[in-house]
Amino acid sequence: MNCRSEALEVSVEGRQVDEAMLALLHTILLHRSTGKFHYKKEGTYSIGTVGTQDIDCDFIDFSFVRVSSDELDRAIRKAVGEFKDAMGNGMDGMGQISLEFYQKKKSRWPFSDECIPWEVWSIKVNVVNLANEQERQICREKVGEKLGEKVINIVEVINRHEYLPKMPTQSEVDNVFDTSLKDVQPYLYKITFQITDTLGSSVSTTMRRLIKDTLAL
Amino acid sequence: MMDSDLSPQDKKDLDKFIKFFALKTVQVIVQARLGEKVCTRSLSSPTGSDWFNLAIKDIPEVTHEAKKALSGQLPGIGRSMCVEISLKTSEGDSMELETWCLEMNEKCDKDIKVSYTVYNRLSLLLKSLLAITRVTPAYKLSRKQGHDYVILYRIYFGEVQLTGLGEGFQTVRVGVVGTPIGTITLSCAYRTNLAFMSTRQFERTAPIMGIIIDHFVERPFGNMGHMRPCNYRAPGEDEGAYNGVEDSQEVCTTSFSTSPPSQLFLSFLLFSLFLTFTLSLPLLFFLSQLYCSRLSYQPPVLVGAADFCHPSTLNAANPHQVTTQMGIPGKEGGVPQQVPVQPCHGAQAEHGRVSSCPPADHVPATPSSSGEGAETLSRSIEVKGVSPCDVLETTFTRKVGAFVNKPGTQVTTASLDLPFAAFAPRAYDLEENDPMVQPPESPATSSPLQGSLHSQGSGESGGPAQDDFVMVDFKPAFSKDDLLPMDLGTFYREFQNPPQLASLTIDVSSQSMAEDLDSLPEKLAVYEKNIDEFDAFVDTLQ
Repeated sequence: MNCRSEALEVSVEGRQVDEAMLALLHTILLHRSTGKFHYKKEGTYSIGTVGTQDIDCDFIDFSFVRVSSDELDRAIRKAVGEFKDAMGNGMDGMGQISLEFYQKKKSRWPFSDECIPWEVWSIKVNVVNLANEQERQICREKVGEKLGEKVINIVEVINRHEYLPKMPTQSEVDNVFDTSLKDVQPYLYKITFQITDTLGSSVSTTMRRLIKDTLAL
Repeated sequence: MMDSDLSPQDKKDLDKFIKFFALKTVQVIVQARLGEKVCTRSLSSPTGSDWFNLAIKDIPEVTHEAKKALSGQLPGIGRSMCVEISLKTSEGDSMELETWCLEMNEKCDKDIKVSYTVYNRLSLLLKSLLAITRVTPAYKLSRKQGHDYVILYRIYFGEVQLTGLGEGFQTVRVGVVGTPIGTITLSCAYRTNLAFMSTRQFERTAPIMGIIIDHFVERPFGNMGHMRPCNYRAPGEDEGAYNGVEDSQEVCTTSFSTSPPSQLFLSFLLFSLFLTFTLSLPLLFFLSQLYCSRLSYQPPVLVGAADFCHPSTLNAANPHQVTTQMGIPGKEGGVPQQVPVQPCHGAQAEHGRVSSCPPADHVPATPSSSGEGAETLSRSIEVKGVSPCDVLETTFTRKVGAFVNKPGTQVTTASLDLPFAAFAPRAYDLEENDPMVQPPESPATSSPLQGSLHSQGSGESGGPAQDDFVMVDFKPAFSKDDLLPMDLGTFYREFQNPPQLASLTIDVSSQSMAEDLDSLPEKLAVYEKNIDEFDAFVDTLQ
């Protein structure tokens, strides 16, 4: 099975990075989260209810819908915050944040479980610096329009109804879904990022993240 | 059609899925155009009543309208369900903004599992709809709706009509779901040209052919519903069903700004003053009690009287939003003339551009809500036994200096010689209320009716109360209104006539003087008792 890969690109001002990333990541996760599974006898299960919440951006003329889950929101904000810190404050730069959905495959001892990605969303971010308030106001509207286009792109990809992991049995649900949250159940995901200032540092950042994520499993 | 390959149970399930999907689609679209943020809670345990495992609340009126449009049918091949979103300004101009279409084509997916795959994909499509409804241009317009314009919706079933969207409209496809009987597609066509094409006369004259375009005039579809506003919520049973959203809305703050209600109340003041010259006071008294139930400047038939009789049902937590929907003469400086009309079910024939009012069974649900809603207006207008269907039609007529030159003696004589003066509250003592004689006061408290004509009437636009001419439009120099939420002109109009300080009014000062005189002996007695203290204090100062 090949991993499906989608790329998005946005140009934003420094203070818009957080909200732009949150908007896109939450839009993707809205489509990749279900209610909590409750397994019953005979292999049947029922699914909880996913609530939604409108979020208005402060620095972008844009609103988006996210899953009503504070835990999920905190996790995404933490990752986006780390990405923004890595990008630096007030500096021009480029970076890429990736949201990867994967399945776990049990391996025999001494090997650890394998993570097999089935969908990767890569969001390339160009950070620009603006000179005056007039430009910032124009940027605010333009970035809002761009994010709208990206949301349409995301929806278009999602609705192709391409590969999705099969609904797991109770014993295997943790291999497909992140069951750690109380209220919703997104597919297993991880967020990585890399900053493109020099080739060397971007590679080291990526390697560090990969090792960290592997050990976390 | 591959119905024969479907088991009866699958067919039944599929029909049910399509039906509820259509109803939920309408709910999502209309709720996204309400003008405020929507927030629902995730529940880890299934309730059994949340279709497609999504927390989408049902507004009963919207469900009712959708069911009425469907008339027991389901969206199918050649039978599309459409939700039309329009904008209507306070001046009567209207414009279709977008049309959401739920259609089915003949491409079947015979192998797909109905109860699992189709259901999950419909759930995914609803999520996509939630996302896309926030992206089209109408969303931003709907968030800013208020006293200048409102957003309306209309549901119809049958052939898709996109001609009202103007040239160059864009289409965005939300998604598709294949089923054994056809492929369901959900898409949106939205207008890109937002320039108004019609200029509506205030008087009801026949439109000039070729210039004024009114898309409400011709209705080629027999089962078209009337336009509904997207900014109300039903009371009664809906309040129970909508608790989740209401609770969550307490968490989600609304971003709506208050309207200038003073505009409306000053208009009421001016109109009432005008009526005292032409009508007898009992009629005036009766009319004033009818004001309270009006929620929108639109003619009631457009929205159904039951809807506009529910001021409490407006979604914004801010009660002032109620008044934003009321007729505001605004920039034109026109004076609204409140004309009582027949109850809602009789008003249908008036305009010819809307169809039926809500059925009578909605009416009993309204009295409590109109009473509750009246609280939002209670500062200014008291509701006493007003039938929720007694709505008023507002027409706008330009008036120039309507109350500028009325003779003072006539005013005084009229107020003294009235045979039913006992019924008239002090509000109609025109000399006191004549803004030319005395600037508008802060809200009086002796009578609610009096309060209705005084309160918040001081700050408003147009300024006919104190000027000899009517300000048609106010465009302050060097002021751009495209960057700021409130432009300089609006700010100026709002705060042009501040209420007079209470301490400067004659009544208040005369009252306090009488009280002061009465309390003097007591005060003197107290001072004499404490004379030692005062002496000690004086000593410390030396």
